[in-house]
Amino acid sequence: MYYLYIATGFALLLSFVVNREKTLKAVTVAMRRFVTILPAFVGMLICVSIVLFLIPDKLISNYLGKNNIFIGVLFASFFGSITLMPGFIAFPLCGILLKKGVLYMVLSAFSTTLMMVGVLTYPIEKDYFGVQLTILRNIMSLFIALVVALMTGIFFHEIF
Amino acid sequence: MKRNDSIKIAGVSGYLLFVILSFVCGFNPGKEIGHNLVSFSIDMLKLLPCAFILIGLFEVWAKRETVERHFGEESGIRGHIWALLLGGITVGGLYVAFPVASSYRKGAKLSVILTYIGASGICRVPMATFEVSFMGIKFTMIRLLVSLPLLIVSSIALGDYLVKRNYMIRAEK
Repeated sequence: MYYLYIATGFALLLSFVVNREKTLKAVTVAMRRFVTILPAFVGMLICVSIVLFLIPDKLISNYLGKNNIFIGVLFASFFGSITLMPGFIAFPLCGILLKKGVLYMVLSAFSTTLMMVGVLTYPIEKDYFGVQLTILRNIMSLFIALVVALMTGIFFHEIF
Repeated sequence: MKRNDSIKIAGVSGYLLFVILSFVCGFNPGKEIGHNLVSFSIDMLKLLPCAFILIGLFEVWAKRETVERHFGEESGIRGHIWALLLGGITVGGLYVAFPVASSYRKGAKLSVILTYIGASGICRVPMATFEVSFMGIKFTMIRLLVSLPLLIVSSIALGDYLVKRNYMIRAEK
């Protein structure tokens, strides 16, 4: 976690040395973004605090952890494909789930399908690009997400 | 919108009241929910300021025009590299990328457009900032290094296949 602080501090300092005005503007942008996103954030935290109370940790790590890798990844990619969630919400949520014992590869399947596969955006995509391309692109994206999950699993020593 | 807001405010205050009352009366489930909320919030507060400052810096310094100028002109793998960059600085998700991509349909190759759509999902910088903050740099690096080459290869394959079948992106409505 410390490298994040170091990187941010360094970037901020560099930016400040090069151009003070832009840096101040950047901080303003950051604050504004934070305030805009805050309500959604609080909502997410409240929902998660309740849902994670109702679902015991054991159940989570059982179904999305080491014992059921295959089902976990399938479930996660299904869920990621059918939901629509901004990254601002999704990754903090993944961070919480990670601490609860959910595997990296499950979260990878979830976040990648969330970003690349759009079941809910199908009507919009179809209007722009037609049915054929939309379906092929989404299938292709799902496949990429599964490969990414597999590689994540290998590199984090969660499988093999 | 206003009605929606008041429902949300009512929900949040109801929740807070419940948690506080649980602590006062010693109602265990409520206490646990409260503990959950506090520990999650602390985790968030440790990471969020950095993530937002990095995003702010990125927005101020990234020059969209430079990337856009190159998009569509270049052919071959360079077109795909620019598509990745353009996808990286796209704000918003897929639903923003579709109209943008469709507006490039005259200038750019179909496969490059597909790369752009995919990239706007995979490697948006503000989102990746969040990802690194919460999941660690290793997770993000694996994801990018695996998905980007796959995206380019499959976009080329899919693009060529559709072009052979005389596929055309529809005109904007």
